[in-house]
Amino acid sequence: MKKKYSIFSLIKNSFSYHENWQRAWRDPEPKKEYDAIIVGGGGHGLATAYYLAKEHNLKNIAVVEKGWIGGGNTGRNTTIIRSNYLWDASAGLYDHALKIWENLSQELNYNVMFSQRGVMNLAHNQHDVRELKRRTHANRLNGIDCEWLNVEQVKKFCPIINCSPNIRYPVMGSTLQRRAGTARHDAVAWGYARGADGMGVDIIQNCEVNGIKRNKDSIEGIETTKGFIKTKKVGVVAAGHSSVIANMAGLRLPLESKPLQALVSEPIKPIIDTVVMSNAVHAYVSQSDKGELVIGAGTDSYISYTQKGTHEVIEGTLKAILELYPIFSRLRMLRQWGGVVDICPDASPIISKTSIKGLYFNCGWGTGGFKATPGSGHLFAHTIAKDEPHILNAAFNINRFVSGDLVDEHGAAAVAH
Amino acid sequence: MFIIKCPYCGERDHNEFSYGGEAHLVRPKQPTELSDDQWAEYLFMRKNIKGLQYERWNHSHGCRRWFNAARDTSNDKIHSVYKIGEKPTK
Ligand SMILES: Cc1cc2nc3c(=O)[nH]c(=O)nc-3n(C[C@H](O)[C@H](O)[C@H](O)COP(=O)(O)OP(=O)(O)OC[C@H]3O[C@@H](n4cnc5c(N)ncnc54)[C@H](O)[C@@H]3O)c2cc1C
Ligand SMILES: [Zn+2]
Repeated sequence: MKKKYSIFSLIKNSFSYHENWQRAWRDPEPKKEYDAIIVGGGGHGLATAYYLAKEHNLKNIAVVEKGWIGGGNTGRNTTIIRSNYLWDASAGLYDHALKIWENLSQELNYNVMFSQRGVMNLAHNQHDVRELKRRTHANRLNGIDCEWLNVEQVKKFCPIINCSPNIRYPVMGSTLQRRAGTARHDAVAWGYARGADGMGVDIIQNCEVNGIKRNKDSIEGIETTKGFIKTKKVGVVAAGHSSVIANMAGLRLPLESKPLQALVSEPIKPIIDTVVMSNAVHAYVSQSDKGELVIGAGTDSYISYTQKGTHEVIEGTLKAILELYPIFSRLRMLRQWGGVVDICPDASPIISKTSIKGLYFNCGWGTGGFKATPGSGHLFAHTIAKDEPHILNAAFNINRFVSGDLVDEHGAAAVAH
Repeated sequence: MFIIKCPYCGERDHNEFSYGGEAHLVRPKQPTELSDDQWAEYLFMRKNIKGLQYERWNHSHGCRRWFNAARDTSNDKIHSVYKIGEKPTK
């Protein structure tokens, strides 16, 4: 059992100089066999294990992570959370996640710092205006909060945006989802890890999967750097490395893995209290609690597993940022990094069974899966435990690439996130 | 950031080029005879290799010609370039 975090435990531990806190999760060696193994200890994988243990009463579970938990895209993303997607299937999926976010800190007894500061999506031309207004209506029909702001309202809601009609891509309006916002990326991974560990899930770090053992049509176990582990069910949640693991099992996925970058500025006093995204000029920005501006860039065009990106991409993003926010022109950038994102042709994820019994994939979240972490884990756990999809992820099966029933979110996701 | 050697123009910065994805995907000869599964394979499924990959590039801000490259996607090192229709040297 985990000891509860509270103001009292904080005071109590201060008497021992915070040196005697209980470990948030154990560091076990792998057992010989598990009922289910999750490959990939990012937010999605850890959430999957958490809900498998909590809602499906599976206790003999392991999460196998090649590095440290949360060290993949979970720890590299710009943490934008929103659910204002265009199509019904996506609206259902992402709003399911948003609803879990709203109570997640309480549920996990771990502060994930979910902050509903609102997300704006700017329009810069007639097409953007039409597209975003259409999305506003679609969202409302699906019960998702979304407002349209005209230029004066944009200026009022976020005064530092340059709303001059004379810039290259003038601001012509914006959508606003007030329930949207940001959360603390590491805390999500750590909170789910602590919760899962408390229910007996083995979280095994520094353990890379390098083979999938199967007979003709079902799973027998996984080969890892810590030896062979037997299991009948494997759920792969390896983001940019999904195809690598699929190849081990002799499967092909409709994915391409590309570098995606982000960067942060030196910390400054509070200046922007919301999240502003612009698909057309390809720039988005928010401010962290430390005061850094968190800026997201785009993907590079080519497949690469290098976890870095090219300079031109950052340059393009910063040009757009400076035109929209001239006030940032003297800021210095502190850090830049990249992640490897797995992109599906229709910009929607795959949460699905495969042609091999006992092998499941949760991938294709590409540039925008952080927002879905709790919902993705919840639905993937259901899919693994019941061997069939939940109604909310039925549309996100791998067979849609055969049937042609795609969930084309390029309009709504466009740049991403 | 890397340099690509266009087989027609020589070494140039990679941002002069556009990416064309996995190479040697052959368009099915008899499209009407294909099953949905085979179409999905051709249209959507990719090897997405971590390691040596054969791929297509277009020198879009140069001679505008297509060619192939063998590149290691784990470190972006280009091992060879070869013209369309040719076989990779390694
Ligand atoms: C720069 C950047 C900005 C982003 N911004 C946003 C945003 O603002 N909003 C948003 O919603 N999304 C955003 N995303 C996308 C988001 O980060 C991802 O969709 C999401 O975090 C994926 O979570 P995950 O748990 O599936 O993947 P990860 O956290 O990457 O976890 C996968 C894990 O699998 C492990 N793994 C891989 N191969 C193996 C193996 N062979 N054996 C064992 N373990 C293995 C990896 O080490 C990794 O820890 C961004 C991504 C990047 C890179
Ligand atoms: Zn050329």
